[in-house]
Amino acid sequence: MSEHAVSVVKLSAQAQTDPQDVPLDQIDVSDPTLFESDRLWGFFERLRNEAPVHYLKDSFFGPFWSVTRFADIQFVDKHHETFSSEPTVLLGDQPEDFTLINFIQSDPPLHDEQRRAVQDVVAPRNLTELEPIIRERVQNILDGLPVGDTFNWVDEVSIELTTQMLAILFDFPFEDRRLLTHWSDVAIATPELTGSDAVTEEERRVEMGVCLDYFTRLWREREHQPPKFDLISMLIHDENTKDMVDNPMEYLGNLLLLIIGGNDTTRNSISGGVVALNQNPDQYQKLRENLSLIPNMVSEIIRWQTPLAHMRRTAKVDTELGGKQIKEGDKVVMWYVSGNRDPEAIDRPDEFIIDRPNARHHLSFGFGIHRCMGNRLAEMQLRVVWEEISKRFHTVELVGEPVRVRSNFVRGYSDLPVRVHRI
Amino acid sequence: MPKITFISYDGVEHVVDAENGASVMNAAIDNLVTGIDADCGGECSCATCHVYVNKKWMEIVGTPQDREEEMLDLNPERESNSRLSCQIPVRDELDGLVVRVPEFQM
Repeated sequence: MSEHAVSVVKLSAQAQTDPQDVPLDQIDVSDPTLFESDRLWGFFERLRNEAPVHYLKDSFFGPFWSVTRFADIQFVDKHHETFSSEPTVLLGDQPEDFTLINFIQSDPPLHDEQRRAVQDVVAPRNLTELEPIIRERVQNILDGLPVGDTFNWVDEVSIELTTQMLAILFDFPFEDRRLLTHWSDVAIATPELTGSDAVTEEERRVEMGVCLDYFTRLWREREHQPPKFDLISMLIHDENTKDMVDNPMEYLGNLLLLIIGGNDTTRNSISGGVVALNQNPDQYQKLRENLSLIPNMVSEIIRWQTPLAHMRRTAKVDTELGGKQIKEGDKVVMWYVSGNRDPEAIDRPDEFIIDRPNARHHLSFGFGIHRCMGNRLAEMQLRVVWEEISKRFHTVELVGEPVRVRSNFVRGYSDLPVRVHRI
Repeated sequence: MPKITFISYDGVEHVVDAENGASVMNAAIDNLVTGIDADCGGECSCATCHVYVNKKWMEIVGTPQDREEEMLDLNPERESNSRLSCQIPVRDELDGLVVRVPEFQM
């Protein structure tokens, strides 16, 4: 297999080692180059089999527990009183002098108050109204693609579509929408937060300041207007969140949650579907012969891609898990990407099977009170994308190696060189 | 085997034989009743097996426990007769139970 030249240079020593040759207690799945190089699988398999609740004493992110089996992950996710989402859901800690607050990394009651304020915007009932708008945008994007030329699917389709979607949800000025992409890309892309090398902490804060200023201006423009159906207006008019603009770390925190959660993830699932189908041409042919499989395929794509590799919790009390003693304050990391490949929970989990039974049974949206509130919106976007692709192109052909993002949190692509072939 | 009636949001009725000890959710899934997703497999952690229990039956079926309550609480379409069907064990006393399946699961 040919390697992307730059990736070989940047791999960690561990990523260049056979997983069998790394001592069990030194396996470090926080290593972002494992994800960038797509070499994570053998390491997670060892953890599932040999140390399903695994303690790493020493890492760039400090000591942490890795939970890698589906059932154990579901247990941790469910028991939020024991495994808190505060102060952060990332393996990498937030800086003390720049600590964002939002409902994904809050326990009840704050979590419930803030989630309720915004969840209507993505409630399935409202998606039926959004669908024709999304479909029209998808059609425009697909019809504008350079047929016969090689182009980057990530930029032309995945980013373009999800950014437009996010701009609708925020009622964000359409011509500035790529700012949303940019802020999503840099918000957590430091070495300390996710192992990324995209920006330094200083650079990140500058960009987050710009983001906060822009959204503060939008808040001020809308706060005396009647309620509208967009995320900012909903925050303004909900009793529990109407003063959020006065707490910048909370306003910015919730904005970034919605921007990353509602954008980065769907983007990488749109890209992931192209990769999965190209790596499994028999499945692609199965799709062409039976478009009614699209909804099931969407779930399978989301499982296979697992757009967010982990969610981290912090133990609120001493507790036991998988026979191990976890201490209050310990970091406990749920590796969704591993649980989604656990043969004890999912049959032939490493295979991409578009008509897989029980395809909705996966960890990518999480479980429990924090379960992804945008999950139906994500599924709807993916379904519409594949419905419209199938009307136009018999193949979206991957013509080069995918370039993956360096991050232990985001499982994504920055480059998918493709060519589309008309029906 | 107790009989349970699932009424879909568009009024179609589906009567199934349910197994004692399994859940009302299992009865739906096993009998291909649509509109119940059961993404988490019955672990009270996804709230996609939401049903509305016919009000006459609520006293027999019972009200949600804490974990179920916190999941239902996040559903904007939750009513007083909402239950997560994976948390209703089937027993003889439920013979004749009628539940309504919502148009959308979250």
